[in-house]
Amino acid sequence: MNLPTTSSQTVGPFLHIGLTWLNTANLVGPGVADPPIMVGGRIVDGDAAPVADALVEIWQANAHGRYAHPEDRRDLPLTTHFSGFGRMPTDPEGRYAFTTIKPGRVPAPGGGLQAPHINVTLLMRGMLRHLQTRIYFGDEHANADDPVLRSVPAARRDTLIATRGDTPGAYIFDIVLQGAHETVFFDV
Amino acid sequence: MTQPTDNTTSSAAARVAVRGYRPYDPGTQPAHLYPPYMSTVKRAPTAPLVRLPATLSEVTGPMFGFERIRANDFDLTRQHAGQPIGERIVVSGRVLDANARPVPHTLVEIWQANAAGRYPHPRDQHDAPTDPNFTGAGRTLTDGEGRYRFVTIRPGEYPWRNHPNAWRPAHIHFSLFGPAFATRLVTQMYFPGDPLLEFDPMYTSIPDAKARTRLVSAFDWDTTIPEQALGYHFDIVLRGRDETPMENDLPRP
Repeated sequence: MNLPTTSSQTVGPFLHIGLTWLNTANLVGPGVADPPIMVGGRIVDGDAAPVADALVEIWQANAHGRYAHPEDRRDLPLTTHFSGFGRMPTDPEGRYAFTTIKPGRVPAPGGGLQAPHINVTLLMRGMLRHLQTRIYFGDEHANADDPVLRSVPAARRDTLIATRGDTPGAYIFDIVLQGAHETVFFDV
Repeated sequence: MTQPTDNTTSSAAARVAVRGYRPYDPGTQPAHLYPPYMSTVKRAPTAPLVRLPATLSEVTGPMFGFERIRANDFDLTRQHAGQPIGERIVVSGRVLDANARPVPHTLVEIWQANAAGRYPHPRDQHDAPTDPNFTGAGRTLTDGEGRYRFVTIRPGEYPWRNHPNAWRPAHIHFSLFGPAFATRLVTQMYFPGDPLLEFDPMYTSIPDAKARTRLVSAFDWDTTIPEQALGYHFDIVLRGRDETPMENDLPRP
């Protein structure tokens, strides 16, 4: 039996009322031994204007490459007080930021492992459907062989790769909704 | 789509079958760019989306338990000292997947305007009163059969600035995660007989007319509470799993 999927609609401008109760800027709970990293950036629209009313959600594996989800049945340790989920609205300048840990590698289609990445969902007024993308890390040699990065046109791959920030453990990942450096978004 | 193993560590490899999620049904989802809804014009991506294969990253997703849900979170009429102004309603239904299986224990978040069509939000400039006894947010988890239930008040229609004399039909925003990163859904529930629906660019952004009408809740005698609240029924269908798994080889650490 097949039921047709429910249609998506925008979160609209007042999303904060319903969604900020679950804000999670710091994914790293007490006792997590892995070194924290900071991942953040700015979201801009087709006029390069900041998007001040977006919501960013992230989902990631722990440092062992294990997702805290029943579907990941591999014999790898879970991390107590690290669920892998974060949610934050952008500020008036379109900025968002998370404190988390660097994810480990997870299996790739057809064998091998994907490069470390964070999965991103983007919701905002003006988006009738959410957008999804990935944050890769500029200091990872594994990026060269990552099957998802390789499926992206070469000229656009760097839109998926966070660069090192000024402080240790800081990564910058700006999201450009339209234009010359438009971020790659995925049909998930 | 089983792929051959070509992995030097295959002697230590475990096999993981990843079953992806089927594509959305044609016509059910709006395009990213829909110029009648003006805010899409500068925010919709212009390049085609890149197809992602199903991997563990997409078939897993955040799980939420009862520890974050408070007792009155499902009842928006009992979150403050007094009763909110407006018509009390019960909104309930089931969360299913496209294979008609219930989605149990999944988070459902809602938010809405008050009876006067006003949100308690700094960016809402509509000249209508706020209600100190109604802040318009609720959340619950579905039960083992995918059922959810909220008690709230019927939201008011309100004007917006998309085009001259633009009005939003009465609606409740819904946010769901489902079991995976690939099943995220944010939508809006409408009310039967609303004359504003056909003029609403959010509603008309959905290409398939039947899919649009599925966002309109149904009046429901069965959930009506006598002398208390009218019932409305709204089922939500998330994507369903593919029948055939893809096999991923992975080396053990």
